[in-house]
Amino acid sequence: METLILGLPVAYYIAMVAKVLVAFVFVLLTVAYATYAERKIIGHMQVRLGPMRTGWHGLLQPIADGVKLFFKEEIIPSEASKFAFLVAPLVALIPAFISFAVIPFGAPVSIGGYTVPMQIAAYYDQAGQQIFDINVGVLYILAMAGLGVYGIVLAGWSSNSKYSLLGGLRSAAQMVSYELAAGLAIVSVFMLSESLSLHKIVADQAGGIWNWYAFKQPLACVIFFICSIAEINRTPFDLPEAETELVSGFCTEYSSMKYAMFFMAEYANMVTVCAVTTTLFLGGWHGPFLPGWMWFIAKVYALIFLCMWIRATYPRYRYDQLMRLGWKVFLPLTLLNVVATGIVATLVK
Amino acid sequence: METIVFYILAAVTLVGTVLAITARQGVHAIVYLVTSFFALALIFYLLGAPMVASFEVIIYAGAIMVLFLFVIMMLDLGKPEKIQTPKLYDWCPAILLLVVITGSMGVLASRAATPLNAFAGISVQEFSFTLFKRYGAAIEIISMQLLFALVGALYLGRRR
Repeated sequence: METLILGLPVAYYIAMVAKVLVAFVFVLLTVAYATYAERKIIGHMQVRLGPMRTGWHGLLQPIADGVKLFFKEEIIPSEASKFAFLVAPLVALIPAFISFAVIPFGAPVSIGGYTVPMQIAAYYDQAGQQIFDINVGVLYILAMAGLGVYGIVLAGWSSNSKYSLLGGLRSAAQMVSYELAAGLAIVSVFMLSESLSLHKIVADQAGGIWNWYAFKQPLACVIFFICSIAEINRTPFDLPEAETELVSGFCTEYSSMKYAMFFMAEYANMVTVCAVTTTLFLGGWHGPFLPGWMWFIAKVYALIFLCMWIRATYPRYRYDQLMRLGWKVFLPLTLLNVVATGIVATLVK
Repeated sequence: METIVFYILAAVTLVGTVLAITARQGVHAIVYLVTSFFALALIFYLLGAPMVASFEVIIYAGAIMVLFLFVIMMLDLGKPEKIQTPKLYDWCPAILLLVVITGSMGVLASRAATPLNAFAGISVQEFSFTLFKRYGAAIEIISMQLLFALVGALYLGRRR
C-alpha cells in the first residue's frame, strides 16, 4: 500500500509541482522570446532587419533588455498613491499566469506505471482510467480574464497623471465591453460540448481537423479571437497605451522592473489567449504523428504569429469605433450565433 | 486541511471587508473589497459550489467592481476629507446591528451542531436544472425586474 497524503498518493503532488514548473517556464520563455520575435517579424514585414547587434541575428536581445530594465532606476512619483502604485504591476501579472492552471497541454503521460494528465488542475483516476478536472474550467478562464483589468486601471489611477488616468479609464471600458462578447462566443462552444470542463471540450475535438470547433463555430472562433485581442489591449485595440496620444497610457509613470512586469503581463496574456483559443477552437493538443504537447505548442505559436501579423497590418481603432464594434456588431452577432446554435443543435438531435 | 484553508479564507474575507469600509480612498476600498470577494469565492468552492465561486468572481469582482472603479475614477474625488468625529446619534445603526448579530449568534450557538454531510460538489447540469426548473418563475421575475430597471435608466438618461 502506497502512502497517501490527504487521500492522494505522493506521486500526485510531485507530478503537480513538476507540471506547474513546466507551464511556468514555458510561459516565461515564450514571453521573453515573443518580444524578440515580435520585433523581428514586424521588422521583416516592414522590410527592416529588426534587432541584429546582440548575439547572432540579435538572439540575445531579450536577455540584454531584461538586464537593462533590471538595472534602471526605480521611480515612484511623489504624488502617486503608493500602495496602489506598487500593487498594480503584480495584479496585472498574476492573472495572466494562473489561467494556465486549467488548460490541457498534452496527452496523459505514464511514468513508472503512474499516469499524469497534462493539465495542472486535473486528477487521473488510476483505477477507472479517467481524467477529472475542474468542472467549470471555462468559467475559471473568464473569471481570471476579468481580473486582469484591475492591474491596468489601478496603475492608471495611482500614477496621478492625466495620461495614465485616461489610459486606465479607456482600458476599464474596453475590457468590460469586450469581455461580454468573448463570453457569449464561448457559450456556443459549450452548447455543443455540453460541458464546461476543458478536458471534455478538447476530447470532443479529437479525430480529424473537421471536428475542431473552429469549423463548427467559425463565427464564434473569429469573434472570440478578436475580442481576446481587444481584452489584452493589443494593436489594433491598444487604446489604453496609444503612444501617439497618451505618451504610454497607464504605464507612463512606471520604470524599471515594474514597467517590465506590465510588459511581461501583456505578452503572458497574449500566450494565454492563444492557448485558450487553441483549446476551445483548434482541437487543443490533438494532431497526427507528433506528440500532443508539440501540436499544442505549434498551434499556440501559430496564433501568436497571427497576433503579430495583425499588429503589423492594422492601424489603431478610434475610441468610438471601438465601442461601436464591441456593442453594436460583436454582441448582437454572438447572441444570434447562440440562438442559431441552439436551433440547429435541437434539430440535429 | 480544509478547515485550515477555510479559516485562512474567512480571515482574509473579514479583514478585507473591514478595511474596505474603513479605507479613506474609494479606490483602495474597492481593492480590499475585491480581495474579500475573491476569498469568498474560494470559500464557495470549498463548500462544493464551483459554479457559484466562478460567478462570484466573474460578476462581482470582474464586472460590478470594475464599474464602481470606473465611476470613482471619473468623479475624481481628489484628496480624501478628514473623518468627522461621529456623534452619538450616528452610532445608533451600528449599535442596533451589533445587538442583532449578538442575538443571532447566541441562537445559533445554543443549538446542537449538526455535522455536514460529505459533499462532493454540484455539477453544472444539476445546478442549472435546480435553478431554471425549480426556481424558474423566480428567475423570470428577477430578470423582468432588471429589464424594467434598464428601461428606466435609459429613459432617465435620454430625457436631457
